[in-house]
Amino acid sequence: MPRPFTPKIITANALLEGDVVYFTENGSWSRNMSEAELLEDEAHATIRLIDAEQQGHIIVGAYLADAKSGPKGPEPVHFRESFRARGPSNYLHGKQADARSDARSNDNY
Amino acid sequence: MYRYDEFDTAFLAKRNAQFRAQVERRIDGSLTEDEFKPLRLMNGLYLQLHAYMLRVAIPYGSLDAQKLRKLAELAERWDKGYGHFTTRQNIQYNWPKLRDVPDMLDALAEVGMHAIQTSGNTIRNVTADHFAGASADEIADPRPYAELIRQWSTDHPEFQFLPRKFKIAITGSPNDRAVTRAHDIGLRMLEREGQTGFEVIVGGGLGRTPMVGKVIRDFVPENELLPYLEAVVHVYNQHGRRDNKYKARIKITVHENGLDTIREQVEAAFERTRAEFEGVDERVIARIRARFRAPDLVGGETQAYQDARLDPVFRSWADTNLAEHKDPDHAIVTISLKAHGATPGDATAGQMRVMAELAEQYGYDELRISHQQNVILPHVRKSDLPAVFEELKAAGLATANIGLASDIIACPGMDYCALATARSIPVAQQLAQRVEDLRIEHEVGPLQIKISGCINACGHHHVGHIGILGLDRGGVETYQITLGGDATETAEIGQRTGPGFSYEEIVPAIERLMLAYLEVREDETETFLEAYRRLGVAPFKEALYGPEKQRDAA
Repeated sequence: MPRPFTPKIITANALLEGDVVYFTENGSWSRNMSEAELLEDEAHATIRLIDAEQQGHIIVGAYLADAKSGPKGPEPVHFRESFRARGPSNYLHGKQADARSDARSNDNY
Repeated sequence: MYRYDEFDTAFLAKRNAQFRAQVERRIDGSLTEDEFKPLRLMNGLYLQLHAYMLRVAIPYGSLDAQKLRKLAELAERWDKGYGHFTTRQNIQYNWPKLRDVPDMLDALAEVGMHAIQTSGNTIRNVTADHFAGASADEIADPRPYAELIRQWSTDHPEFQFLPRKFKIAITGSPNDRAVTRAHDIGLRMLEREGQTGFEVIVGGGLGRTPMVGKVIRDFVPENELLPYLEAVVHVYNQHGRRDNKYKARIKITVHENGLDTIREQVEAAFERTRAEFEGVDERVIARIRARFRAPDLVGGETQAYQDARLDPVFRSWADTNLAEHKDPDHAIVTISLKAHGATPGDATAGQMRVMAELAEQYGYDELRISHQQNVILPHVRKSDLPAVFEELKAAGLATANIGLASDIIACPGMDYCALATARSIPVAQQLAQRVEDLRIEHEVGPLQIKISGCINACGHHHVGHIGILGLDRGGVETYQITLGGDATETAEIGQRTGPGFSYEEIVPAIERLMLAYLEVREDETETFLEAYRRLGVAPFKEALYGPEKQRDAA
């Protein structure tokens, strides 16, 4: 019997900024994991990875990462993907800082 | 400090223009990532977990104020206001944008700096004793030879596509502060019958197969150093395994072929290279020496220093962070980048400027970066030490912990590195903070803790008195402990204690090791490493895992 397929998302780094990006359902790239397309079928995931890799002028190193469905969208399973989605633990840099400044600007306006 | 000539300046300008064009071609789509990657790596540019990372070479760890100010400027203009000093005496910027990197390299070139061969399967930045040219115990300053090796290895046509990366370290002192036995080639300066030369150690390395280097030749005269190195790298380039990345380093080549076989082949190649290089070393080393500006030390009374020592805070710092200078009126100052709870090796742009200022005002315009991720002012007049201390204190740079438990080496780990399997920085931060809270580090005394976030061992965990290796075990961060490692001339690889600890358990486990040492040591003169060597692993294992009987039952 084939092993059950763990749902996946496709992630990469943006070519210009190097920032972590996620492949969305409409074939664009988002900075937020919650906007990634959750791939629950293995064959579909393989095809979507090929689609993603076609965009080598925008992103670098696309790969499939385990994910699970959460209330706001896909969530990481492995700690490495949690760190990629958040930023480093020694400074408030990376996505966690962006999220905070987004929240601040939302408060302001 | 070595001054670059017109040839170096023109070379850097050309190389940077070339890389700028390569970046443009990557962005406009003419180059694929597969084509671009080896080109960016040759220029020190990595793509890490959250962003690009630019690794800038600090050849043999030597800087002056102008260079350090430039590093501060890069941190502010193109990064997030800080830089990270590494275990190979380099600096890394964690947040550059691809488009900005050519500008960063041009800015570096203004002060003769670059990122060439800080990555890739080439001969990397040569590292050296960070006390070179200053310490009381050295035969001679090894840096002119390091510069000789840098010039020889940069863009060396035969050695641009080696089987794997190749690291050379050099020391001019019998006390090895450059970890020469854990390098592909380690060079230890010797004097024999009035002639200066080097003991050549080959095949050392850490990583997944840690090995202590072996002496391949007990003496190479200084004027034959380059042809001998060329012969070693030539033989490695032919025999190094390109079929398996994990077996590609020279340590495996030596291990698989045997030291004697490799030595024979090196000697045969040396016959040829020696003829080809006839006289080159002498001419070039003379030219390099002429461009190395040694400071004209101005001595003077040391009373101000003696008076300042009456202040216990100053005295504590002086006892920990100063080393003996060859001139009795001077001292070597190590500036700790290991404030308790801070990221090991990080300095803000402001701190870099303070250190540059101190070097200019009190340190003959010289600075060094150590592989222990600290900054050195190699020549400070003793009477100036109280003033230096006050300014360091104001900049948060006066932590008195050099060589102690909180002076931890840590690689970037999974907070930045794409290869990492677990985090190292927060473990180092928490451990240093714990040591400070317990106020035990001066009682514990000399203790080197080194943390790596993966098997590649950038944090030198194998040669830490206490080594910590972060791994991914079934999707959970797990930390293995090794004990008894030694990074000096008596180099040894540490031994694993047993099962690993979780992220939450690792700091309390290290605390138990320190407390166990205080229990079992003969007296306060016996260091952690000496106690371990005398008693073996048993008491430390018990501290980590409980009494043996209980362990068997479990």
